[in-house]
Amino acid sequence: MKQYLWTSILCLGVFAACQKNDKPEFTGFENPTHFPTATYPFNSNPVTEAGFELGRKLFYEGKLSRDGSISCGSCHLQSAAFSHVDHTVSHGIDDKLGTRNAPAVQNMAWSSTFMWDGGVHNLDMFSFSPIENPVEMDEKVANVLLKLQATTTYPPLFKAAFGTEEINSMRMMQALSQFMCMLVSANSRYDQFVQGNNDALNATEKEGLTIFRAKCANCHTEPLFTDNSFRNNGLPIGNDKGRSRITLNPADDYTFKVPSLRNIEKTMPYMHNGSLHSLDAVLDHYQNGIQQTPNLDPLLTNGLALSDAEKEQLKAFLLSLTDNDFIREPKFSEF
Amino acid sequence: MTFKNIFFALSLFTATLFIASCDKDKNDIDPNEKGSMTLHFDNRLGNADLVLNTGTYNNALNQPFSLTMFNYFVSNIQFHNIDGTTYTVPQNESYFLVKESDPESQEITIDNIPEGDYDKVTFVVGVDSTRNTMPIADRTGALDPAGEAAGMYWMWNSGYIFLKMEGLSSVAPLDSASNTNLFQYHIGGFGGYSSPTINNIKTVALPFGSTKAEIRTDVAPEAHIFVDAAKVINGTTNIDFAAYPVVMFNPYSTNIANNYANMFAIDHIHND
Ligand code: HEC
Ligand code: HEC
Repeated sequence: MKQYLWTSILCLGVFAACQKNDKPEFTGFENPTHFPTATYPFNSNPVTEAGFELGRKLFYEGKLSRDGSISCGSCHLQSAAFSHVDHTVSHGIDDKLGTRNAPAVQNMAWSSTFMWDGGVHNLDMFSFSPIENPVEMDEKVANVLLKLQATTTYPPLFKAAFGTEEINSMRMMQALSQFMCMLVSANSRYDQFVQGNNDALNATEKEGLTIFRAKCANCHTEPLFTDNSFRNNGLPIGNDKGRSRITLNPADDYTFKVPSLRNIEKTMPYMHNGSLHSLDAVLDHYQNGIQQTPNLDPLLTNGLALSDAEKEQLKAFLLSLTDNDFIREPKFSEF
Repeated sequence: MTFKNIFFALSLFTATLFIASCDKDKNDIDPNEKGSMTLHFDNRLGNADLVLNTGTYNNALNQPFSLTMFNYFVSNIQFHNIDGTTYTVPQNESYFLVKESDPESQEITIDNIPEGDYDKVTFVVGVDSTRNTMPIADRTGALDPAGEAAGMYWMWNSGYIFLKMEGLSSVAPLDSASNTNLFQYHIGGFGGYSSPTINNIKTVALPFGSTKAEIRTDVAPEAHIFVDAAKVINGTTNIDFAAYPVVMFNPYSTNIANNYANMFAIDHIHND
């Protein structure tokens, strides 16, 4: 009897241990303590493990495009903090070129407007746009639903996530949102520093942070490194009028959403049109490249006074925003 | 009792029943009882029935055209009782897309209206701003961009297209994609989410005139509504197909919305 009991306990122990190793417990969405409260309406779409897993599979699913060749992950690569590296503007189906640079998909749960012009104001409604855009995935969401329904893999995944095998646009979009909301980057060395680990940044990086707070943080506001406003930062102007496409207000001509600078080391090229190819080029721009164009932000009228030493310090600081845990997190990857 | 007597008694009984039931129809209104009413959107072009892809009409500027598509949203329907009260169709059930290409979509039947005599209906042409900013769970049925609302939603500029009219006119420039002389009026704009912009939401009030809609449990009236598609392009602003072949999300669209706010008229009400 005693022997039997011990065996059982041993078995249970091994079982529990195995479970732990295979799969860390799913904790759902956690709001980092040094972040403001997320704005995504989680009450209308709580993150569950099955919903997140379905969202991940959909994010990497070629069936979302007309010919199966493009997934969200084709333009939003984890290794680039879910942005598109090395392409000035995005490359979509049939190698068609978009007009804008694919931004990092990170910390979306704190965003209330999406796209460089803020045209979409609801994460759940976002994915219609790339799927149906002729130069991105060139498919119809209704047809994607039919393709997913015809598989043997998806109906059980929808059932696990939403209770029945029904596949509809609401469920598909909610699952994608669950995945995107979980893409939280909050563990760079900068984050460790502001949470009290004084050694997380070296002296140069700390100098850089001081300069950043003086010159950049008005727009790239911590801790998300954006104030979510739309501004003209003095790039040479092109055909893209930015925010005014949505507001039809000439006062918004050539303004674009202030992008987050988290993982900036990994998300080049930079700016809405991908026109700057290195952080040095970005800093040169702020120092002496500002163009006097309509609606130039008043903070930048005279450029930003930066010495070469300060630029080096700033750059060192910007590189401390890389969050390797985020970029390598296995649960965000395709396989 | 003779046969004749029985017959007489029976007739009297039937007559009483008959009168009683008539009585109920006409005068007995029990607001706790519910009935239905149908709004029939009968799309027309001037004085004739609208037929897509056929015929040639002239606009007010004497430019020839034919229509290939005519869709619009009707939402937030309210029925006005002569006693001064109104019945508002529950929000979640109050969005309809009327399509000329789909006859079923042109008959909107509303149930659960309290019994009463009604003399007016009001509705929004388009989708109100609140619904335009709701979570996806509140965008099912007529509002599902992957379902009924396919083609009636701007994905790059989140918002519903309230009215979509497309057609051909020899004076419109050649559209390279379709190789036709196409004009396209896609009108939307709910006022903006975080920054104000054009607002093309139009509320239409249609008084029924002398005939009231007598809604009873057993009487489901129908309002026959004439919708004159010509009024989209003829009105305060006469739209020139040559100068404005494509009007979508831009300030000029407000002229078209102001025009189409006047395209609805009650033709008649029937209470049977
Ligand atoms: C062909 C490349 C491409 C594909 C495929 C693609 N995207 Fe994007 N994504 C972009 C570009 C370019 C932008 C910026 C668009 C703009 O601002 O006009 C963007 C923007 C975004 C944004 C907004 C980020 C922000 O901060 O504003 C999100 C979220 C996003 N994409 C998610 C997705 C999802 C989900 C999918 C799959 C359904 C997807 N993308 C497919 C290129 C792509
Ligand atoms: C007046 C507001 C403002 C200030 C001040 C400002 N920026 Fe920006 N920044 C922007 C805007 C707006 C953009 C996007 C512009 C575009 O793409 O058209 C941007 C883009 C960037 C980008 C490219 C990000 C990407 O993902 O493409 C970097 C890097 C950057 N800024 C760094 C800085 C640094 C470093 C400073 C301080 C030296 C600074 N910014 C100061 C508004 C500002």
